[in-house]
Formats: sequence, C-alpha cells, structure tokens
Amino acid sequence: MGKVVVVTSGKGGVGKTTSTAALGAAVAKTGKKVALVDFDVGLRNLDLIMGAERRVVFDLVNVIQGTAKLSQALIRDKRLETLYLLPASQTRDKDALTEEGVAEVIARLRSVFDYVFCDSPAGIERGAQLAMRFADEAVIVTNPEVSSVRDSDRIIGLLDARTIKAEQGELVQKHVLVTRYDAARAARGEMLSIDDVLEILSTPLLGIIPESQDVLRASNLGAPVTLSEPLNSAAKAYLEAARRLEGEDLPVVVPFERKGFLDRLLGRRAA
Amino acid sequence: MSILDLFKRRTSAPVARERLQLLLAYERQSRGQPDLVSVLREEIMAVIARHVQIDQDYLQVSMERGATMSTLEIDIQIPNKSAQPLAMAG
Repeated sequence: MGKVVVVTSGKGGVGKTTSTAALGAAVAKTGKKVALVDFDVGLRNLDLIMGAERRVVFDLVNVIQGTAKLSQALIRDKRLETLYLLPASQTRDKDALTEEGVAEVIARLRSVFDYVFCDSPAGIERGAQLAMRFADEAVIVTNPEVSSVRDSDRIIGLLDARTIKAEQGELVQKHVLVTRYDAARAARGEMLSIDDVLEILSTPLLGIIPESQDVLRASNLGAPVTLSEPLNSAAKAYLEAARRLEGEDLPVVVPFERKGFLDRLLGRRAA
Repeated sequence: MSILDLFKRRTSAPVARERLQLLLAYERQSRGQPDLVSVLREEIMAVIARHVQIDQDYLQVSMERGATMSTLEIDIQIPNKSAQPLAMAG
C-alpha cells in the first residue's frame, strides 16, 4: 500500500506545484514508483511544470466520470520511468470532482504506486479539501511571510478536522516546507525566521528551500528542479526534504548568509 | 536619536511574529464555532424584539480585539414614537 501525500498551503503562489514536482521527482529518483495528481481542476499547471503539457489526452475528471481508464490518463515521465502524472482537467470546473470518484482513483493509485502526491489547489474550499481528504501525510508549503503563515495555520486546522484520518481519530502526519527563503533578508530581521514559523505553526520542518533563480529556470524548461539541476541549492534542499519524507533522520541546516562589517552597519544586502 | 540610528533600520520580523501570534491565538479558539458577533447580534435582536419593535439596521454589534481584553460594542437605536418620525433616541 502506497502513501498518499497532499501538498497544500491555503495561499496561492507559494510553490505547491513546484514543490510537488520537485519532491515527487526526488522520490522517484530513488526507484520508488511515484504518481503526481493535479487537483487544480480548471487551472492545471503540474503538466506544464513537468514538461508534459503536450502529452495530456485524458485527465482526472475523465477517469472519475468513466470516460477514460486510469491507465490511459496516467502520463509516464520521459526522464524517469518510475514517475507518472495524472493531470487535472483544464476545461471543467472543480465541481466535476466527487468524493466517491476521488476515493476510488486514490485507492487504485495507492495499490500500484509507492507514493501518491496530491497537488492541492489554493484556497480552503472543496477542491483543496478533496485533495487532502485521503492523505496519510501532508506537506504544508509556507513562505516566511505573515499571510502565508496564517493560511498555513488554517490548512493545518482543516487537516486535523476534515480528512478521513482525522475523522477516524488518527492524525495526518504534517510537515512544514518553507520555500522562497531568503537568508540575507532573514539575517537582517526583515523576514520571519525559521524558528518563528515553526513556533507559530508548531509543526515539524521538512526542509527549507532557498529563493533561487534556478527554480524559475526549471519551470521555464518544464523539468522538476531536482532532475534538471540537482546540484543547485534549491534542488539539494528538495532532495534532502524528500529523504526526510521517506523517514530518514537528516538534520535541517538553515541557509546562512555571510555578511561583511559594512553590510551589517548599513543593513545592506550581501551580493 | 544617536548617529548610529541613522544607519540602523528597524527590523520588521519581530512585529510580524507578534501580530501573527496574537491573531492565530484568536483564530484557533474560534475555529469551528459560528461567528460570535453574528450569533450575539441575532440573540440580542430577538430579546429586544420581545419588547420593542426595531429594525435590523438599528442594531449594531461590533467586537474589537486587544492584546489582553476585547471590547464588545452594542449600539441599539430605538425609534421614539413621541418625537418626529426620523428622530432617534440613543
């Protein structure tokens, strides 16, 4: 039985899809069978980030409505043979998903794959709640910024109340993934520190992804950053986060910015 | 103000942390419960309606949250029958 991991955040634009692709690819690299499921019906993007946008024929809604088989809708990654994508529908709206339909698709994926990553839409409405409904674990993507942390707190509340696990009296195992972390700004006290975020959310840390130009470049190229530039700092952080997700006890190192005396005095950004 | 302050920028992260802690303490407490202010508003309205006929618009309930205590402000305007139709008593 595979594990179902929802990648969620509440707030939009914090890096859910990028993180789903990067973590999923990182786990698939180790030989595990991984399925990435895009739950953002109507606004799908995981196909684009994965570079599979021209290979989409059938989608999640087709499978749920019985117009396509699951095996027809799954797209195998061209770089990793253990990595698959189940795209969302671009033309339907989120009401096309039913809880029974999602339950069946997730159950079937779980029986075939080691990991099923559910890329949640933004918000706390039906789509986001369906994406988390059957999760065993949750990756809460958070930027070190007030609105993102507030929304993450709200999502944590939903994970503890509206998931199947929660309703059965169990807990969804939750992890915070801090993305777009700018060490220089944190050092200058302009950005919430990692300690602040973890203290406020009281949830264990999965990793810290530094702000990086390479993440954007990977999106432009349609490749998860963990595959296209594995030596980049953000990619390394994702690869380590994926190892922690698989249960490895790996300490998290907070990115550190070395600053000179003048930078300190003037509060100037280090190059 | 010392000359050094000219070079030092006030850091904003501690402010962010405090604001979040205060806000989330409140939001977590009220999570899953119906909105307190609208519940109060409805119940106050029901009590008043037993004795005086007033319009929904003449009852205002608002809550201001502070660090150590919150203030609940209830403003009810009851039309004064003896006065001009538009004049209200506080």
